[in-house]
Amino acid sequence: MKVTDEIIDRLKAAIHSSRILTDDADLYSFAFDASFGMHKPEIVCQPMSSKEVAAIVQIANQYLVPICPRGRGTSLSGGPLPVKGGIVLDFSLWDTKLEIDEENLVATVSPGVITSTINDAAQQFGLMYPPDPSSAHVSTIGGNLAENAGGPRGLKYGVTKDYVLGLEVVTAAGKIVRTGGKTVKNVTGYDLTKLIVGSEGTLAIITEATLRLIPRPKASMTAMVLFDEIIDSGRAISKVLGSGIMPSKMEMMDQSSIIAVEEYASLGLPIDVEAILLIELDGHPQALMEEMEQVKTVCMNVGARSVRVAQNKEEEMELWKARKLVSPAIVKIKPTKISEDATIPRSQIPEMFRRMKIIKEKYNIHLVVFGHAGDGNLHPNIITDQRDQEEMRRVEMAVEEIFKAAIELGGTLSGEHGIGTMKAPFMEMELGVDGLEMMKSIKEAWDPKNILNPGKIFPVQGERFELRNDY
Amino acid sequence: MSCEMTTSTMLRDKLAYDETFSCVKCGYCLPSCPTYLAFGKESHSPRGRIQLVKLAAEGKIGIEDLENPIDYCLGCRACETVCPTNVEYGKILDSAIDVLGEYRKDKQSFSEKAIRTVIFKQALPNKKMLKLVGTGLRLYQKTKADKVVRKSGVINKVSPSLAAMEQITPTIEKPLARNPYHELPKKKKTKLKVAFFTGCIMDTFFSRVNDLSMKLLQKANCEVVFLKEQTCCGALHQHSAEKETAIKLAKHNIEAFEKLECDFIINAIGGCGAALVEYHHLFDPGSTWYERAKTFAEKNKDISYILSRLELPIVNTINRRITYQPSCHLTNVQKVVQEPMRLIEQIPGIEFARMKSQDLCCGSAGIYNIVHHEESMKILDMKMKTVQETKPHLIVTTNPGCHLQMILGVKREGLEGKIDVKHIVELLAEACDVS
Ligand SMILES: Cc1cc2nc3c(=O)[nH]c(=O)nc-3n(C[C@H](O)[C@H](O)[C@H](O)COP(=O)(O)OP(=O)(O)OC[C@H]3O[C@@H](n4cnc5c(N)ncnc54)[C@H](O)[C@@H]3O)c2cc1C
Ligand code: SF4
Ligand code: SF4
Repeated sequence: MKVTDEIIDRLKAAIHSSRILTDDADLYSFAFDASFGMHKPEIVCQPMSSKEVAAIVQIANQYLVPICPRGRGTSLSGGPLPVKGGIVLDFSLWDTKLEIDEENLVATVSPGVITSTINDAAQQFGLMYPPDPSSAHVSTIGGNLAENAGGPRGLKYGVTKDYVLGLEVVTAAGKIVRTGGKTVKNVTGYDLTKLIVGSEGTLAIITEATLRLIPRPKASMTAMVLFDEIIDSGRAISKVLGSGIMPSKMEMMDQSSIIAVEEYASLGLPIDVEAILLIELDGHPQALMEEMEQVKTVCMNVGARSVRVAQNKEEEMELWKARKLVSPAIVKIKPTKISEDATIPRSQIPEMFRRMKIIKEKYNIHLVVFGHAGDGNLHPNIITDQRDQEEMRRVEMAVEEIFKAAIELGGTLSGEHGIGTMKAPFMEMELGVDGLEMMKSIKEAWDPKNILNPGKIFPVQGERFELRNDY
Repeated sequence: MSCEMTTSTMLRDKLAYDETFSCVKCGYCLPSCPTYLAFGKESHSPRGRIQLVKLAAEGKIGIEDLENPIDYCLGCRACETVCPTNVEYGKILDSAIDVLGEYRKDKQSFSEKAIRTVIFKQALPNKKMLKLVGTGLRLYQKTKADKVVRKSGVINKVSPSLAAMEQITPTIEKPLARNPYHELPKKKKTKLKVAFFTGCIMDTFFSRVNDLSMKLLQKANCEVVFLKEQTCCGALHQHSAEKETAIKLAKHNIEAFEKLECDFIINAIGGCGAALVEYHHLFDPGSTWYERAKTFAEKNKDISYILSRLELPIVNTINRRITYQPSCHLTNVQKVVQEPMRLIEQIPGIEFARMKSQDLCCGSAGIYNIVHHEESMKILDMKMKTVQETKPHLIVTTNPGCHLQMILGVKREGLEGKIDVKHIVELLAEACDVS
């Protein structure tokens, strides 16, 4: 149903009117995320308590108005877009609770808290909150939980879901429910906590989270490894991990990204290598030295051109600078960046590289590959121009083929960016008809009226993969 | 239909439409945008504003929808510095200001037009007028603008801010005591020949800072020349949709300085300097004026830029804890970031305490703190919280606008007498025993 004046009046009774936005300028500036879609909400509410959220959801439930949670709108898959209109529930103001319980090694946070501030707060107690999506300084913990976000540290430490002990959520009926608790071990009934994590706002709305913290490693060390052949870099990843060492990060850059960075910033990277691996180890300083020697030997044995180990913090930062500059550098080539995150089992990395090379040539597109190579979570990025319709069509076909390749190799559509609207058409390809049906039945049980973030995850009949907008 | 078509194509041309495509909505600019942090809405975030400009160019929203978001932008351009895709926000903002300006001109009342004429066309570029008035801000009250302003009722809107500003305006030196540097003694054996750009507001407001700057340059072995023909940089005009006047002033300055042979043109005002280094943006690329402006722009440097590259004869120890509030335009437009800190740290005795979110704008932003006083104070309060965490004896600034805002901030927190505010040039002069 449309948001009527009657509904607006009811909402104004539930939440202070300064946190209800109805101007066109406001509505249009909550109409996007970091994907391509644009859908204007009918109204934006900025709740700051569970009670307010419950009251808003009850109204939405009564009038059958769609309700779309939104953190900071950094989703790359259309997650927070109100594709069916209705209410955008903006959590960015609700960053008021961030408590560290030093004794129990947990943090309790409100949904709008910025991810990186959790780690910053933990650091003061010698602790760490490991999940580190590149967007951590912008994204909210609510958005991270809903997308099950991960980052470079995922290789060794896991992703968001591995650090959630309990949640407080508001259900589609507007009830406040707690799941899990403050303990690492908990087997009382179904694990609803894990079910909600990664559900992209389609099952319940997260209003508080209890997160697990771990002791901070004492030191870290970084090496930059150069490869003449990209396939060798894939083998190096498997061999290092097979040798009993678990790096905290393993990031790769392919030749196109190296060239782009060099043209952008002249760091002195060799542009004739096919790949660079950045390997970070963390742990006890003495153990680190030994492990780094081992990493060096393993890499040289699979055919690395050279290994450079940073001798101090400055050098470490210098090595990572190359990786950080990939994003700004590649958009210098063309303005539109399509970031995919199809993920494959580690052993298939060399094969995936081979297939992507073919796809790149077949569709004559600018494909750049970099990312969290250690856990198979590659980030193939296509650099293009949104305004070039013909090229965008080729890009769409290429992306489809990348997804297919990933699934054929036993991988998944998305390692961390989520399904949202963008990848919904491919769900059946990965899950099969029955798998998808099981998921749908869960959605129906939790949200029978389909008011929570409708139009996400599940494909609509006949929906096609589209990157083009109407210009 | 065809009429609609032309207006929308015209709008696309006037607004920096192409530039909006570089924004991928990643949100990396959000933590750096003071208005987003203070007002908590995407319509006051960089990507929100970019989105709205794009939609306005496409005719999907009206120009009037841009008013609030664009008016409240500080123009600090912190978003540009952090943007991973190099969005040229400055161009997008300027284009929106122009389009809004034209849109409003049609709607402006007679008295509003009269005020704008007095302030932007007559007072700001006119040194005599400014000298007469004493301060750039007092001109609202003391010039002819006064009556018009009062009659139009605008005074009610600006008066609380004026009252606040008045409390902090520095005492103005007597006309005779001022501007002693017009005939500067030439030193032998000079390394660099530099011209000095005084800026109109700065000239009346902070003549001492200009004076000290030139003396420091001489101490650092530069030949300093002063050019009488220079005029206002035009920054405030440009940010207030008075582009025509801005272009006129720019041409005047370019022509004046072209006659002079010098290595650099130095200024001590972050905001004016930013306008000068982007003079070419006022002209069409490819035109002769564009090229002339570019050549001129490249010569303009901030005082910290040059002093940090020369040898300063520092003789005094200054035992104080100092925090630094960078000028946004110095950081984000002129890209002079490390130099002022390097200079501060050169002085023996100083303990430099960097404040959290140092690069966040203080909310002064040209005349923002006058026209949007309440909002500006919200941003200032955020800033003062981080200033206080460093427990400084002294706040160092690089731009008169920030300088006054910091004095106001200190006053609002009741810390007068406990925390000093100084332009970096004043601090360096003290260290070099220049007065
Ligand atoms: C440049 C860039 C780099 C990125 N890097 C990474 C990366 O390394 N790893 C990674 O995993 N992701 C990455 N992302 C994607 C994105 O940052 C993450 O998906 C992030 O978790 C989204 O957080 P957000 O606060 O912006 O949420 P939004 O984008 O606003 O929302 C994301 C989803 O969460 C839902 N949601 C938000 N809040 C709640 C809530 N309180 N309750 C229920 N549902 C909610 C929304 O409905 C939506 O479905 C990147 C994005 C960008 C632009
Ligand atoms: S950082 Fe740049 S690209 Fe990202 S949202 Fe802001 S302006 Fe757009
Ligand atoms: S110029 Fe400053 S206030 Fe304006 S959008 Fe950019 S960061 Fe925000």
